[in-house]
Amino acid sequence: MHELSLAVQLVQIADEAARAADAKRVTAVVVKIGALSGVAEDALRFAFDVAVADTLLAQARLEIHPVSVKVVCPRCGIVELPSLQRFCCPQCDTSTADVRTGREIELESIEVE
Amino acid sequence: MPPRIVQVRQGLLKKNDAIAAALRADFAAAGTFVVNLVSGPGTGKTLLLERTLSALRDRGRRPAALVGDLATDNDAVRLARSGAPVRQINTHGLCHLEADMVGRHLQGWNLAEHNYLFVENVGNLVCTASYDLGESLRVVLLSVTEGEDKPLKYPTLFNTADAAIITKCDLATACEFDSAEAERNLRAVRPGLPIVSLSAKTGDGMDEWLAFLESRRGSEG
Repeated sequence: MHELSLAVQLVQIADEAARAADAKRVTAVVVKIGALSGVAEDALRFAFDVAVADTLLAQARLEIHPVSVKVVCPRCGIVELPSLQRFCCPQCDTSTADVRTGREIELESIEVE
Repeated sequence: MPPRIVQVRQGLLKKNDAIAAALRADFAAAGTFVVNLVSGPGTGKTLLLERTLSALRDRGRRPAALVGDLATDNDAVRLARSGAPVRQINTHGLCHLEADMVGRHLQGWNLAEHNYLFVENVGNLVCTASYDLGESLRVVLLSVTEGEDKPLKYPTLFNTADAAIITKCDLATACEFDSAEAERNLRAVRPGLPIVSLSAKTGDGMDEWLAFLESRRGSEG
């Protein structure tokens, strides 16, 4: 349950960005969460509700955009991994550990007033 | 003011990642090879570390260790018996170590006096995966008592590891542990993963583990 630590960081970064933009409040935050990030969406939502209390984000809606895992297959190029239990190219079955997306834990944007 | 969108595009772990990058530069400058040991609770991290510290000292190396736990300094007391400098990091309930905890607990140590630093992370198969501690090598432990399919259940942690150790191999027969199946599962979630099987208790496999460490430290230059 490290989602509370992440939610606190999220609120801090969003708060700084909102102040830098002279905003009165944050109405929404958009977060990218990779399938291989180890972050549980439900736990993050729960922690977010706790972390926003008494901040510019108090009324903000949390939008989570999941990011799939993409790996580089030496033969086929960048391909999407259908299963986290098997790091093999879905087209030619070559194994690969070269992960290009899926580890993201990022604040993409905020909507402010 | 009408609603508007502000692009931010920042990692939530950027603060940790920046501290870890600074630590990594300090470790490289001091010639300290840093190993982050991760696993679930009870896989034998502390016994492995105790034996590793002793064996490295016997070979004339100068290892040190930081050991993370939610509470108690039991592990630091155990590890200090090896004669190596050891400090306990109490996380007070936090489920993983973060880079700034490592940095704070190194204060007063001259890194250049230590050619190895081991960081025993909190026993946790999920949260420890996300936090870079500035290590050169992340080693995940899988004990024969846990079952062969642990890597499939926790792909994130096993995928971020640079090497795996299968521990408690003296119990493998009693547990009907299928090591070929375990190795297949480890490499399914992390192709090419180096794997060492050992028993810290009997010493079987320890030489291979130490040789692996020494070669990785050597190749770091």
